[in-house]
Formats: sequence, structure tokens, C-alpha cells
Amino acid sequence: MPSYSFILNGEQVSVDCDGDVRLLWVLRDILAVTGPKYGCGLRVCRACTCFYNGLPFNPCSVPVSQIKPTDEITTIEGLPATVNKPLHPMQQAWIDYDVAQCGYCQPGQIMTAVALVKQIQAEGGEITEADLDGIRNICRCGTYYRIREAIIAGAKNM
Amino acid sequence: MTEHHRSPDDPDSPPGGFGRRRLLGYLLAAPTLAVGVQYASALARPQAAAASIITLPEPEQIFDLGDAQDLAALPTSGLITVVVNADGTASFAAIRTEVGQGMTTAIAMMIAEYMDLELDQVTITQADARPELIFNQLTGGSNSMRSQYGPTCAAAKLAKQQLVSAAAKLWHITPSALQTERGKVIHPDGRSLGYGELAARAAVTETRLVSLLVPDAVPDFRILGLPQGRIDALDIVTGQKTFGMDMRVPGALPTMVARPPTINGTVVSLNNAGQILAMPGITDVAVISTGVAIRGQTFGQCIDAIQIVDVTWGPGTVDGESDATVLAALKGGLPALPALPLGPLSVSGEFTFYFASNTPLEPDWAIADVRADSAEIWGPFKVPIVAAQDFALMLGLPQSAVTVHVVSSGGSFGRHLFHDCATEAVEASRAMGQPVKLMWSRTDTFRQGRTHPMCISQVQATMLPGNVLTYTQLHTSVQTSFSHGFGEILTATAGSLPITGFGLAETVFQLTESSPYNFGVTTQLLNEIPLQFSTGSMRNIYSPNVVTAEELIVDQIAAKFGQDPVAFRRAFLKDGNVLAALNKAAEVGNWGQTMPPLTAQGIAVHSEYQAAIAVLVEIDCTPQTVNRDIPDGVGGPRVTNVVVVVDPGFAINPLGFEAQMIGGVEDGIALALTASLHVQDGLILEGSWDNFFYTREWNTPPEIQVVFLPNTSNSPCGAGELAVAPTMAAVACAYARATGTMPTSFPINHATLGFTPYPAEPSTPQSPTNGLQYT
Repeated sequence: MPSYSFILNGEQVSVDCDGDVRLLWVLRDILAVTGPKYGCGLRVCRACTCFYNGLPFNPCSVPVSQIKPTDEITTIEGLPATVNKPLHPMQQAWIDYDVAQCGYCQPGQIMTAVALVKQIQAEGGEITEADLDGIRNICRCGTYYRIREAIIAGAKNM
Repeated sequence: MTEHHRSPDDPDSPPGGFGRRRLLGYLLAAPTLAVGVQYASALARPQAAAASIITLPEPEQIFDLGDAQDLAALPTSGLITVVVNADGTASFAAIRTEVGQGMTTAIAMMIAEYMDLELDQVTITQADARPELIFNQLTGGSNSMRSQYGPTCAAAKLAKQQLVSAAAKLWHITPSALQTERGKVIHPDGRSLGYGELAARAAVTETRLVSLLVPDAVPDFRILGLPQGRIDALDIVTGQKTFGMDMRVPGALPTMVARPPTINGTVVSLNNAGQILAMPGITDVAVISTGVAIRGQTFGQCIDAIQIVDVTWGPGTVDGESDATVLAALKGGLPALPALPLGPLSVSGEFTFYFASNTPLEPDWAIADVRADSAEIWGPFKVPIVAAQDFALMLGLPQSAVTVHVVSSGGSFGRHLFHDCATEAVEASRAMGQPVKLMWSRTDTFRQGRTHPMCISQVQATMLPGNVLTYTQLHTSVQTSFSHGFGEILTATAGSLPITGFGLAETVFQLTESSPYNFGVTTQLLNEIPLQFSTGSMRNIYSPNVVTAEELIVDQIAAKFGQDPVAFRRAFLKDGNVLAALNKAAEVGNWGQTMPPLTAQGIAVHSEYQAAIAVLVEIDCTPQTVNRDIPDGVGGPRVTNVVVVVDPGFAINPLGFEAQMIGGVEDGIALALTASLHVQDGLILEGSWDNFFYTREWNTPPEIQVVFLPNTSNSPCGAGELAVAPTMAAVACAYARATGTMPTSFPINHATLGFTPYPAEPSTPQSPTNGLQYT
């Protein structure tokens, strides 16, 4: 059985499993890190969105063999530590705007939102309606309106 | 002028109370204080007050599906309990299932209010299946708040009284001299005892019956009626909330099912079991009634194994059926509308609604551990008692040997009224002799999941100048399955229902549908076509279709009379609360403002779950919007502004109520414009969220405003489904006004297949491997 190692939320971890297994199942079924959710396994719903070396990606579509020992994977569980606070400002905004209904998509939504705001801020821009329209994460409870409010509010504190 | 029926016993009691219903309470024998409450009198049935009765009230207006559930729940609903813990907190095991609707938050608010606790001192868990509750453990019909409010508040108040009594005994003082403050009983001299210190003293050693009144409304509620964030919000945003899919039961390895290429297809033979077992990580393979169950170390390896499954499949239940054949079957089954009398003006329309999926984002899942003499099952059950009975029957075990745990889930929208996924888990666990954690793939949920049935609504109205004489709506639908507990509820209450002689689906239809207009002789009937699709109730059941067809025709009638849609509705609405909602929506939404070409406003009203609602939308049908380039998705018209005005009765948690309105709006938009299933040769073509076009960010309205009318009642209305129908109708009306063409087929983009379907086999497509290219 091959072994794979990477940095998960700041800690080096290693797993013994087949290299084809997508990282989502390594996280969820082997490492019991369940913040990233399965919603399609097709890189469509984005419920599993995490960071790969700081950039958003969908672990449902990445075999673990493609991850190097020096790669840093950040899940929703590790998001607060990226800003050295108990909660990331975007998580706080999600609470302030009472965004969640069932909550299943929200870890992925928050990770996408943080990545989007970081990208726009790095480019020196402001969040536009078009930026919000471009988010692909699905929410079957239909919380989109509060998601948009929370992203704009959360961005102000990032 | 209203014929609403919000306050059964005391129409004059202030908002936030319940009337003076008498309940039976129990002090339960336990080492700590535990109280239970039971209804003691039949719910007084409201009298339909006479309004200007031009049109007789239809059944829904005097007695709706939620009432039927309430009534069925009466004899056994006494068993809800509040337990006071040694740390001073209170615990409550909810007998309704949290699926995102905010039920647990609302229940915690009731207990915190009446026990005088902080909200975070109340813990809400999900009760296991409790067969003794019979009909009182069904989450559906937007009934949870309506049935739980009185008994829960009464139980909380009884618990507080017991704690105060225990303190009074200890201090040798009369209880009335004591006060409470946030989990403490306060002596006049300033001493205090925490509830935790009193819990054991307040306990009883023999269960005792006490009679109590439902508590009075508190004029200055501290928690109830005020906006409150969800109690699980922190857990959700940190990824700590444990959904069913996140649960770990020892030995319950991931399990998936390779499924047939047609709906409800069957397995003739599995031809390569050995090959599947040789795949990495795979531990077990078993043929079950719906396909081939495969158990492995990870779900990913189950998906890998599904890719190589070689099965000889048998027929399904609708092989050969496609959209066109179902449409033909519906059209062939349409009843004849009444012949038009000579003379009067008339308006008619025929509206087609395609299949839609009710799948939530968390896919179907269940955990089953079946042993020789017992079974333990976990799932997102909304009707856990019926599920438990089914499992016991399947396994040949006594009911007492089957434990069914309810786990709160990532959405439902009607899906979890059915427990078919758990049935598969039970079958697989029994066949494999191992615990299993069985999950449906996303593609499974669309292709083999429950659907809102395809249907046609025919509407005909006859008029004289200034008056509508008749309104007839004949709703012809592929049959809807209610085999999940609603049937049992309605059978149990048959003698009390205001309608007789109808079959089950027609009964549900009659209990949920009614026209809000004074349209003379009003007839609304359901006609079912017996095609064996997997169907079920989707959020708001028949109403989105029925109301959309009706409101489109209402706009047509208004046009015949040369009247503005709002002015016409004002003249013909029966219910004062609906009228108030309409007027407010027209005012807030600036009805009648000048709109650019190919954009328009639309408005619709609805009354259900004992609430009244009006929705005003603005739609943009300009080519630059309709033809937006959306990769792997659909653009189409966009709803740019929504105003929802709702009379909630008494809104327990306005923030949660507003959330339900917003979610209902997004559902209504989806059903009107983009979201449907395409049937081809006995299979549903949709296999992912980029095929089934539920509303996405690019089609969400940039502006949604929810306005509450002042509480008009002292009891809560249903919120979870309320906004779907009027939003779908308002969007359809706006589209008709923007384009000058009344749409007659929904969703309007159904005719264009906006995606390339996944192959029929393998039933679950392989996951991509190129995810790092998209960072």
C-alpha cells in the first residue's frame, strides 16, 4: 500500500492508501476531516472547496497521488488559523447574517468566498455583482441572498 | 373581514399567546427534574367566520393539511419532555426533524423564554423513532411550529414552576414570593439557587399527572418573536456540525449501489462479482433489490468499482417513457372542462409542468447495522416510525428489536419523507453481515430519486362584465406517492375531515389547495395518471403549479376587464389578510412604475399554512440578459428584484422566517425558469447540478426584501413552503407581461436540453482527476 504525505491545516499528515483515491475521501473517510462535503464528486457543486497552497480547489477531483509532501491543504477546520483568530472574518460574517439553513454547503461557500475576496483584493479591486454572479457553489436551500450580503460584509474585515 | 382561523379559543388574546387551551402535564419519575406535556382537549376547530360569502370556502380554508396532522397527533402527543440537567441547562429531544428549516432554534427559543434561560442553556437533540407517538412524528406540511408551540411552551413553564417550588420548599417561603432570572431562582433577600442545584430536589419519584393551561402570552417576550440566529450557526461555519454523512459508526464502511439504466430497473444477474471484490479497498458485494451494493474502505473506491460492474439488468417501471409519451398520457387523461354557457366572456388556459427533483444537497444516506436478533439504523428520517415498522417487517424482527435514530440532515424539501435509502442500507447490511454507511451518488439522487410529478393544470373562468361567475381548475398529474405516513394520518382522521369520498391524493389536494378569489362557483380537482415514476411531495406539493396556473389566468381575466392586475385582485380577494399583503407589496415594490422594454413586474398572492403572502417580482427578459454566456449552465431571464410581504400569524423567529421566505423565493424562480428533469427512454437525463438547473448565483435576484405585516394572530403559521408557489406565479406573470406572451409550459427553458447527459451506465460517473488545473 503506497503512502502519501502532505500538510493538512498546518500539520504534516500521512496516509496509506491507493494513489487514485480522490483527496476528498482521504480527508473524509481516512482522516475523518469532515468539513469538506460531498455534493457531487464531479467538481460541480463545490461543497468540498478547500485551499491547495492557498488557492481554492475541489478535492473531489484530485487523486491523492498528485499531492506532494510539501503541499499545504487547508480545510474549513483550518481557516481560522490562517488569520490567527478563533474565527475567520468571513465565518463571523456568516454568523452575523445568519446565512446558513441546513448548512451542508456553507463550509464550501465560505472557502470560496475567502478565496474570491483574496483574489479581488490582490488585484486591488472591489467586489462587484458580476463577481458574486460568478460563484458556482450551489445552495439548495437558496441562501444566496444572505451569502452575497455576508461576503460583502466579511470582505471589509479581511 | 376575514375568515381566517388563527385563534381557535380566544380571538382576543394578544399576539404571542395560544388561547387558553388546557393540557395534561406530567412530572416524570427521574433522578432529575423531567416534565412532559400532553394535549388534553381536542383542538377546538375554528369556525369560518362569514365574510362576504360570494364563494363558499373550499376545504383548505377551514381545515388544512396541517390541521389534519394536528388532529391525528392528539391522542399521543403527550410525550414531549423537558429535562433539567445538573449543570442548570435544559434538554429537549425534538420529535420533528431538523433539515435546515430552523426548527431546533425555534424550539430552543420557546424553552428559553418560558424557563427563563439563556438560549445557549438549552440543548435540542433529535428523538429516536418513538412508535408510541404514532402520528406525531412526521416532519412535513409546514406543520412543525404549529403543532409544537403550545405543548413545548407549557412544558417549559411547568419545569420552571417545579424549580421555583423546590426552592420555595427549601427556603420555607411561598413560591409567589420568588422570582427567576436566567437560570436562577431568586429569594427576596437576594439569595439565589441555580436550576442545576434545584434539579434533583425538584425531581419526583413517582410520575404524577398535573393539569395546566397553555401559558398566557407574555406581553414583553424576551426571546420569542425577536430575530434570533440559528443555534447551530457556529458549528456550521466551522465545519463542526455533524451531518449524517459525517457520522462514524464502528465498522460501518462506505457503501454505494451500482444502479440500473432505467428508473426502478431490476437486477437479473451480476456477472463479475469476483472482479469487483478484487478492486482496491472493496470488502463486500451484494445484490439488493435496487442494484448491486458495494462496500469499501472509501466512497471513492466504491465509485471506482461501480465503473466496472457488469450486470444484466431487468426492466424498470417506466421503460420506454419519455417527456413526449408522458405528456401524451397526461393529455389523453385530461377531463373535459364544463361546456361554456352562451353569452359570458371566458378565459381558459392549459399549463404543463415538467418533472422536478426534490433532492437536497446532502445526498441520501443511511447507516445500518443488522444483526441476527436486532438492528440499529441511522438516517435523516422525517417519518421515523413508519421507517421502523418497515425495517422490522423486512427483517422479521419484533419492533422492539429495531432502533431507529434520527439525524438532522442537509436539507430535505420532501425527500426524507421517504426512507428508501435506509431500506437499501438494511438490505445491504443483512446481505453482507456487516454494518454499512450507504450513500447515493449525486447522479443517483437525480436519476433514481423522488420527483415532483409532471402535470397539466387546465383552468377555465367565465365572466360577466365586472363579475366572475365560475372558476374551474382541473389538475391532471402523474400520480404522487404518499406512502410515507401522510396516508396513515389522513386515514386516522377520516371522520373529522370536511371532505369525504376522495382518494388519498385528492384528499391532500383538497386540504392544500384553495382559490383566494371570489370567483363564484369554484371547482379545483385533482386527476391522477397511474404512471409508476418515483414521485413524492416536493416543497409545497401541488401549490406551485396550481397557483401559477391560477395567477396567470387571473391576469388574463383582469386584462379582459381592462383592469390593472393589482386593482383587479383588490376587487376580488376574499381574505383581508391576503389583501393587506397585496397592498403592502404593491406599495413597497412600487407597483406600476414604468419599466424598460422586455422587463416587467409581476405579482401573485397565496394563502396556505394559515399564513397570507404576496410576492412582487421584476424580471429582465432583454436579449443581453437572456443570452448571457454561462459556462456549463443556463442564463435566461433574470429576476432582478423581489418583494415578499407576509402575514406570519405570530413569527416565532422573524430571522428564521425570513430565511424560509428567501429560500422559497429561490425555489419559485427555479421552477418557473430553469429547473426540471428530462425523461428519455425510461431514464432521467440529469446527473449533476450543472444539469438540473436549480437557481444559482447568476440567477439569484440581487435584491430580495421580506416585509412582515404586524402579527395578526397568536399562533405561528407554516413558513417552510409558503413562498414557493406565489414566487413561481409572480415570476410567470412577470415573464408574460415582459414578453407579451403568456407562458404555458414550465420551466420556460425546458424545451432546450442545456447539457450533455452522462451515459446511463455506469450509473455513477467517475470523478475527474484534473482538479489541480482549476486552482
